[in-house]
Amino acid sequence: MSDQDRLDNNVDEPTGTEFVGHEWDGIRELNTPLPRWWLWTFYASIAWSAVYVVLYPAWPLVKQATEGTLGWSSRGELVDEMNAADLARQGTFERIAATDISQLSADPELMGQAIAGGAAAFKQHCVQCHGAGAAGYEEYGYPNLNDDDWIWGGQLEEIEYTLTHGIRWDGSDDTRISFMPAFGGMFDADQVDALVSHVQSLSDSGAANASGAQLFSANCAVCHQAGGEGDQAQGAPALNDAIWLYGNSKANIRQQILYPRHGAMPGWSDKLDPVTIRMLAAYVHSRGGGEVTQIDPEEVDEPAQVAVAERSDGRR
Amino acid sequence: MVGANASSGPSSSRDWGAALPAKGKGRSGGSGGPQQPESLYEKRKSVHNKRIDGPFRRFKWLVMIVTLAIYYVTPWIRWDRGPYAPDQAVLIDLANRRFYMFDIEIWPHEFYFVAGMLIMAGIGLFLVTSAVGRAWCGYACPQTVWTDLFQHFDRFFDGDRNARARLDKAPWGPSKFARRTSKWTVYLAISTVTGGAWILYFADAPTLFGEFFTGEASAAAYMTVAILAGTTFWLGGFMREQVCIYMCPWPRIQGAMLDEKSLIVTYKDWRGEQRGSLKKAQKEPEKFGDCVDCRECIAVCPTGIDIREGQQIGCITCGLCIDACDRVMKDIGRPRGLIDYATLDQCEAEAAGAPARPAWKAVMRPRTFVYLGGWGGIGLAMLFALGTRSHTDLTVSPDRNPSFMLMKDGTVRNAYTLRLRNMEGRPRDMEIALIGLPQGAVMWTDRIGREDAAPAQIVSVNADETRVVRAYVIVPAGSDAGEFFFQITSQDEQQERDIAETTFSGPGGD
Repeated sequence: MSDQDRLDNNVDEPTGTEFVGHEWDGIRELNTPLPRWWLWTFYASIAWSAVYVVLYPAWPLVKQATEGTLGWSSRGELVDEMNAADLARQGTFERIAATDISQLSADPELMGQAIAGGAAAFKQHCVQCHGAGAAGYEEYGYPNLNDDDWIWGGQLEEIEYTLTHGIRWDGSDDTRISFMPAFGGMFDADQVDALVSHVQSLSDSGAANASGAQLFSANCAVCHQAGGEGDQAQGAPALNDAIWLYGNSKANIRQQILYPRHGAMPGWSDKLDPVTIRMLAAYVHSRGGGEVTQIDPEEVDEPAQVAVAERSDGRR
Repeated sequence: MVGANASSGPSSSRDWGAALPAKGKGRSGGSGGPQQPESLYEKRKSVHNKRIDGPFRRFKWLVMIVTLAIYYVTPWIRWDRGPYAPDQAVLIDLANRRFYMFDIEIWPHEFYFVAGMLIMAGIGLFLVTSAVGRAWCGYACPQTVWTDLFQHFDRFFDGDRNARARLDKAPWGPSKFARRTSKWTVYLAISTVTGGAWILYFADAPTLFGEFFTGEASAAAYMTVAILAGTTFWLGGFMREQVCIYMCPWPRIQGAMLDEKSLIVTYKDWRGEQRGSLKKAQKEPEKFGDCVDCRECIAVCPTGIDIREGQQIGCITCGLCIDACDRVMKDIGRPRGLIDYATLDQCEAEAAGAPARPAWKAVMRPRTFVYLGGWGGIGLAMLFALGTRSHTDLTVSPDRNPSFMLMKDGTVRNAYTLRLRNMEGRPRDMEIALIGLPQGAVMWTDRIGREDAAPAQIVSVNADETRVVRAYVIVPAGSDAGEFFFQITSQDEQQERDIAETTFSGPGGD
């Protein structure tokens, strides 16, 4: 083929390939054939799509798509994965169930797992009243769980008991009940003012006065104790500290003397399993105000060594 | 062929084009006439490259042995890192998010080292291209190495070029069946070993190797081996040069990167043309050039091209045609280098009568040194960063809900989540101290009770781990606290420190 032929035939000189006839600013498109294997790849893709339609959900129908012979669904996969996760947690759950809550803190690793599990359960069951940060709501009387003031006790076992049986909850005969009588009508206005002032003076926020002190010791000290220390055994709140469930203004205190509010918390024994309740107790206790932390620092190192030993083989 | 002459340089190659004989690439272009419709699809023309020996072939052998040895052996190299870290020299520990490479250990927050290595790999390819052209394609690319390996087995089972071409055309019989199945079995075995070696980089090699055969390895391991074995079998055994010509982006990028000063494998047409058989050339020496048209260069080419057509995308510059041509030139008593590594500039100069210039001189040019500077600069900067990095790190995030807590004695407590990072391969005690808080400020943690509250606490952090510590800080009632620092100090001879600023909030709104 001569050069003239090539020009006539519209053939690209270096490659010997024909031009398609398109030209953009002097760049011309070659009519390069596709490789044959590419065609086979295309056919293979079509064949695979046919197989896929049979195996997996594919055709959208009126109510739902065709199911596919493998029976796969994204929801089913989620269920499988959740079951697998539950199974993986099973061992930890059993260990927590077998450990008395007062002994839980002796095993820092298990305690850590319990706190983590409790944090998850807290977000699901507790934040509605106590708030995401467990700080409670004073205006509704939902207590703050981060502080170190406990009406019913802040040890792990006490928190677990409260969670199990609730406070003033109908669902359990062993629920925690305290009942402050309403003093509306028993005192005149001056007496109430004096008592309020005395109660404030217990936490150094009001002027001390003798008549208020007398009224307090006659009517209140049996539960709240002489100095207003409170009594966790009968659920009488301490009045001599900085923390007030229903507020510490004169109006708040007067309201609580005359027409006391009695907050209630449902027990969780009918909704949650004992392990979850135990983990919740550990979490609440860990919020910084838990009482009697029995950690022996010597024991902290031991499980750490176990964790390291598991790592050192290079795989898990 | 894709993209006409994509990588050809300036005018010189165009001039060659004009000097070349018609070729047509075996397509219907000319002789068939216009009445025969052209197929839209092109069947692969089998490549049966001939055995050849020579300096470039031996170099290719060396590169193949070295690269394959690195790939297969590396996961088995042990490296003692003490009792707290894996003893595999190179390990990508995805589960624990660690990357081990001999004495270097990379944590996820140091991924910039990996990014830097990828950038170095990229610039390294530019550097190699600038210095020695498509040497990566010709010698070190996995596609080239495995294709080359498989072609040796082709030769072993089916014989050399002509025997293989005959066998291709021969009808299926017992002999062809036996040859094909045994050859494909070897392909498959090599491919499986190739895929198998890959997964050993991601777990303890001896353990995984054992588990792989007892069926205890993870499904991901078997899937990875299957996929990599399948692609190696298919790409190395059957697709071969089509990967370079149709699939790989790198030849296109290189086409744009090569210039008239780049080393390429070229046929020196001013010396070779007019080509003609040895007999004719001996009869009329003044009419014919050095090329005796023996087609040895085509026969040995692993991608099946004719280098005498000029620079083209199918040429991976492996130099085997140089070996073939040099041997022929030696046999007929002519100087070597009719096909040789040269730059387009050099070709033009030689065509005009300049003396031949050694190829290595083409390596020394400003562009190469710019790439070398960038590549080396990044490498040095990373080495410096690696050598001076701290193995201790602290981050602090204060609780925001609630931002502060009133305690029953009227003091204010803040809570913080501290992350103490110990990058040493041994457990370390670290002191956490409060700096910049009023006198009397104390702290305790989720593991150290309030009864032990103190201005500083010591916690232990496991080897090669980040420990999360929840810290509680109390300042005396009425004191004015705002921004302050947590400082950690490792309790060993290094006394490594890190400091993190945070805020103490209170009812005052600060």
